[in-house]
Amino acid sequence: MARWRAYHTPSTVAEALSLLHQHKDKARIIAGGTDLILDMEAELAAAPDVLVDVTKIGGIDHIAQKDGWIVLGAGTTHTQIESSPLLRAHARCLTESCGVIGGPQVRNVATLGGNVAHALPAADGTIGLLALEAEVEVAEHSARGTLHTWQPLLSIFAGPGRNRLAPDQMLHAFRFRPTDARAGNAFDRIMRPQGVALPVLGIAARVRMDATLRRVEDAVIAIGPAGPTPFRATRAENVLTTAEAFDDDTVEKAIAAAQAQASLRTSKYRASQAYRHEMIGVLLRRVLQTSVERARMNDAPAEPRDAYPKQCSGV
Amino acid sequence: MTPLTLTVNGEERSLEVPPSRYLAEVLRYDLGLTGTKIGCDEAECGCCTVIVDGQSVDSCIYPAFKAQGAQVLTIEGLAQTRPGSQDGSCSAPELHPLQDAFIRHGATQCGFCTPGFIMQAKTLLDENPDPTDLEIKECLKDTYCRCTGYTSIISSVKAASEYLRTGTMPDAVLPPVTKPLTQIGQPLQRPDAVDKVTGAARYTDDYTFDGMLFGATLRSKHPHAQIRSIDADAARALNGVHAVLTHAEVPGDPRHGLVENDWPVFAGGPYPARYVGDPIALVVAETAEIAQQALTLVRVDYEVLPAVTDPREALQPDAPQLHPDRPDGNLLKHIKVRHGDVEEGFAESDVIVERTYRTPMTEHAFLEPECALAVPAGYSGVRPPNSKEKAAHDYDSDKLTVYVGSQIPYSDRRQVAKSLGLDDEEVRVIGTLMGGGFGGKEDIAGQIHAALAAQTTGRPVKILYSRQESLIFHPKRHSTIIRIKTGARRDGTLTAVEAELYGDSGAYASLGEKVMTRATTHATGPYVMPHARIDCYAMYTNNAPSGAFRGFGVTQSAFAVESNLDILSAELGMDPAELRRKNVMRVGVETATGQELIESVGLLECLDRVEEEIRKSQASGSLPSDPWAPVRIGSKRLAWGVAAGYKNTGLGGGAPDKAEAEVEVFPDGTAAIRTSSAEMGQNLVGVLAACTAQELGLPYEKVLVTVMDTDLTPDGGPSTASRQTYVSGNAARLAARAMRQQMQNVLAEKFDTHPEVIAFHEGLAYVDERRLAQIHGSELPVEGANSANGSAGGILPGSTRTISFADAVNALLAENRLPKIRYEYWAPQTQPLGTGGDMHFAFSYAVHAALVSVDTETGEVAVERVISAHDVGRAINPLSLLGQIEGGIVMGIGNALTENYIVEDGIPWTERLGQYKMPGIKMTPKMDSHIVEHPTADGPYGAKGVGEISSIPISPAITNAICNAVGVRCLALPVDQDALLLAMRDGEKEIDGHWGQTGQWLVPNGRQPH
Repeated sequence: MARWRAYHTPSTVAEALSLLHQHKDKARIIAGGTDLILDMEAELAAAPDVLVDVTKIGGIDHIAQKDGWIVLGAGTTHTQIESSPLLRAHARCLTESCGVIGGPQVRNVATLGGNVAHALPAADGTIGLLALEAEVEVAEHSARGTLHTWQPLLSIFAGPGRNRLAPDQMLHAFRFRPTDARAGNAFDRIMRPQGVALPVLGIAARVRMDATLRRVEDAVIAIGPAGPTPFRATRAENVLTTAEAFDDDTVEKAIAAAQAQASLRTSKYRASQAYRHEMIGVLLRRVLQTSVERARMNDAPAEPRDAYPKQCSGV
Repeated sequence: MTPLTLTVNGEERSLEVPPSRYLAEVLRYDLGLTGTKIGCDEAECGCCTVIVDGQSVDSCIYPAFKAQGAQVLTIEGLAQTRPGSQDGSCSAPELHPLQDAFIRHGATQCGFCTPGFIMQAKTLLDENPDPTDLEIKECLKDTYCRCTGYTSIISSVKAASEYLRTGTMPDAVLPPVTKPLTQIGQPLQRPDAVDKVTGAARYTDDYTFDGMLFGATLRSKHPHAQIRSIDADAARALNGVHAVLTHAEVPGDPRHGLVENDWPVFAGGPYPARYVGDPIALVVAETAEIAQQALTLVRVDYEVLPAVTDPREALQPDAPQLHPDRPDGNLLKHIKVRHGDVEEGFAESDVIVERTYRTPMTEHAFLEPECALAVPAGYSGVRPPNSKEKAAHDYDSDKLTVYVGSQIPYSDRRQVAKSLGLDDEEVRVIGTLMGGGFGGKEDIAGQIHAALAAQTTGRPVKILYSRQESLIFHPKRHSTIIRIKTGARRDGTLTAVEAELYGDSGAYASLGEKVMTRATTHATGPYVMPHARIDCYAMYTNNAPSGAFRGFGVTQSAFAVESNLDILSAELGMDPAELRRKNVMRVGVETATGQELIESVGLLECLDRVEEEIRKSQASGSLPSDPWAPVRIGSKRLAWGVAAGYKNTGLGGGAPDKAEAEVEVFPDGTAAIRTSSAEMGQNLVGVLAACTAQELGLPYEKVLVTVMDTDLTPDGGPSTASRQTYVSGNAARLAARAMRQQMQNVLAEKFDTHPEVIAFHEGLAYVDERRLAQIHGSELPVEGANSANGSAGGILPGSTRTISFADAVNALLAENRLPKIRYEYWAPQTQPLGTGGDMHFAFSYAVHAALVSVDTETGEVAVERVISAHDVGRAINPLSLLGQIEGGIVMGIGNALTENYIVEDGIPWTERLGQYKMPGIKMTPKMDSHIVEHPTADGPYGAKGVGEISSIPISPAITNAICNAVGVRCLALPVDQDALLLAMRDGEKEIDGHWGQTGQWLVPNGRQPH
């Protein structure tokens, strides 16, 4: 494999974008590199001339709560996420999904931004983020300086392994709303002991219960892979929020709705469509049960235990 | 260019390196810190783990400039971080407690993964001083070991943590062995252990020479293609390229091979490429990068030929022919076992079971990819020592020398010399440490290419395979299709077996014929079988070659035999252990190849020990009294399954089986033992040292072992067929015994007594006054004397007739006797298959029981516990023995549940390690391993082989347990959770898989996809 000729470690977003703008499609962003370099080594991705390492940009791995949002930088590593008290309080579906990727060596460098930018429909971190209805901040080079725009997470996916970012755009941060009272979320997945280390199926769910704690008031369900891009099971969400009560019957109806809406396929050496169809049931039962339990436990408004956590990069 | 500045192990380093370097490359090749290993280039195996600013990373794909300004800690710097190292208060040797624990608990075998494990474990202990087993497994989940089975790694991490908390390091818990001697039966530390835990151990890629060039291999993209022409002009013209070698440049024999001479050094000319991965050209260049770049410039004009990739189709008369010069076409060998009259046997039987089983091609996945380094004759560069012997350091043979990690150094020498048109003696092969072999490093890899390139360019040439190249290139475990029919009487007595095996031996013979012969002869299982008719077809196809892999064909046939036996037991309504008990081989019975077993058959005891242990565990857990009945826990169903197995020790089948060893004693009171036999992690070096020390009455540490050097060590034969402890162990033992006898003769003169009363013990030689008194007919009190080895027994208080071993050597030299003896040990003769005699001189036996859980919601299968008993004749080193057992069992778990090297129409799908899952630490069950010792008369101290048997019964024990748990019989490996779930859902009783096909394909009866 041919390798890159230059490796830049800009310290600001503007500097990074200027490098990207300057080199256009000859440059690529690298964060942890655990997907990009593997793809390059396997010659699935052409080696660019220039790598722009965004992980040294100031603040790109911060996790904080401000202005009614929980914000985390795109360069936050999976290790930082799984060990963040703030995220454990508000985003269990994210800490759980980021905690199962690879081993510690990979999680210590792999970033959430990289996971999202890689745009795999089954990416665990992405599925966790999707259930949180996260928004993504895209930074872009322009003649007038750096432009920042917040947009829905789903808007950046173009297809399996393809995102909609232009060569001089980069992911800068993610944000989502803190978990309210009577709300809870969870993630689970099924792996296969043979073949590639991608989940057969992963599901993240977030629910908010009504005041009686019997009925689901609000629900988000993210499933991957269930289509070319990360998938929201909106019909199953509807089933939950329109049901009289959260009970076994409701769960089974939600499962049927999710199974009907998801486009599952047989991927060679990973799973059959039939198996994935069954797993929607198994996983949805598990994550809904856990989410609802967590929501019921979370009867009081969540107090952020660690609103401004010190950066836990372990340095 | 911006320099790279980082602090490595406390020392600031600044380097001018290309921006495209990975951290592992900087550490290894720019800073010479070769303790950090590269196993996969894809952040999969964890061998390259180092700590950057307090966090572990996989340095193989970590861009070096990411570490700009960082603090980097590698294995070489670990010891200086240990508590007390700064103030000198720590009295332990210069090791970190983790390093010490890895040695004491036997957690380092081949040692290639060891630095990565230790560094990763350090990050855990830094954060969590008292981790649980689960926390250790989570921390090490993506760090892979292929040797140990992980149990010893877990106990090492716990031991180090205990030491750090309490100052006390607990010892390893070992199974009891009978009658240990001074050195035999003792858990002695392996001689290379300290090097392996400190990063000092050197594997082939850790050697460099001044002026060294790098080779890269162009490989066929097609499973079958004639090479019309090769245009290498553009590659040759590239700056930095020294040579492009093709078939036209091979001066000697254009083909090589272990048994059949059928494998071209380069495809081309008269030889088509016969599989994807067949070498076509070798580029030799100043750097590995230039060599890779030049590869892309070589143009090959292929004439694609029809390929045959199914062994049954290969047998059809109209199939494409791989080797038109062979008389039997694609049939490598038709192997037959004929015993009794099967028709009569089946007529006598009340129940007959017939099924067809499939096993996939599997990959050794030794963690060190192949590397060969050749140095031309007369090259004056620095030659690094590979032996710890003092004299070896100065030895310079001035021959074409190939450094390689190989299981058969003398066979490498023969094949290199032949293809280069040289005499054997003009080539020297020096074995470096080997990062695992398991059968996968018996065939030629880059040895001939490197030697040819060194001859051509006059410079040292290194060829290091990437993991991806290693995967597609080297011979695999044979995939098989086995139809087997077993008959039994109502009372469970087995009456007959009829079997037909197809083995896919791929493009070249390798050891295919031998492997499939073993599959065939062992297809009765370890049972008395009055009638047998077994036919095996070892076939050439356009898939990757298949050859030796731990188990050597028996892994495959045991799966079929033991599965059929459980089906039989169900049909008979008989306890599966009882059915086996009724039929197991015992002393006095005859095998289906006509061999009478006259001794050392401990199978029944193995079965008893395993059954007893299961009963104990059932009783303590208040589980049902029928251990094979399923237990439901939540969505899971758990059940035990059992299987038995046996495996020959040694080559057998009439092949001359010998090993030579040379012993030398020195006036400083040390001894050397030398044989070319390969150390690949199994601790043969420890076995050789123990046998030598035992015979010479020397402390174990006083014996230096040199192996794998065709100039320094005599031929020990191949490290295959579980033979080295037996054959080379015997050669070492008998060489040392001959030396002892010579010294006894000299000292008898000196002390004016009988030679047989001169004893050797603890580095002393003395007159055993008790034995002398016995000879003279008087009695002296006898304490601890052991006449069997001539060296134990105490020295009488006040005995004056004692000298040090060093002085004994001086006495020998003073008599002008040679301090060096070479012994050629010939194992007992065996007979070829079909002649009815003894096909093998010894067999090892084992029974494995697995407690397996199946999640009825997801089909996920987990092995929770394994109870095993192995009859190994005699335990030489219980710590290493346990390592062989646990490592073999976990490899067998992989064979049952995870491993599958997938090739579709001759094109490998499994191109990366990430696509080939071997068992990680999270799959390691709790293991209870019992050692059964039924000594074999000719083995060293009674020992037989253990390397392979530990990996054989476990796979069918697992599938039998699955069937006991959920009622689904898996007829194909690896078990597919997808198919298993759908079968449970749909009430199917059997799943028959075509490897490489998942899901609905696997469920029989042609059901349509949902």
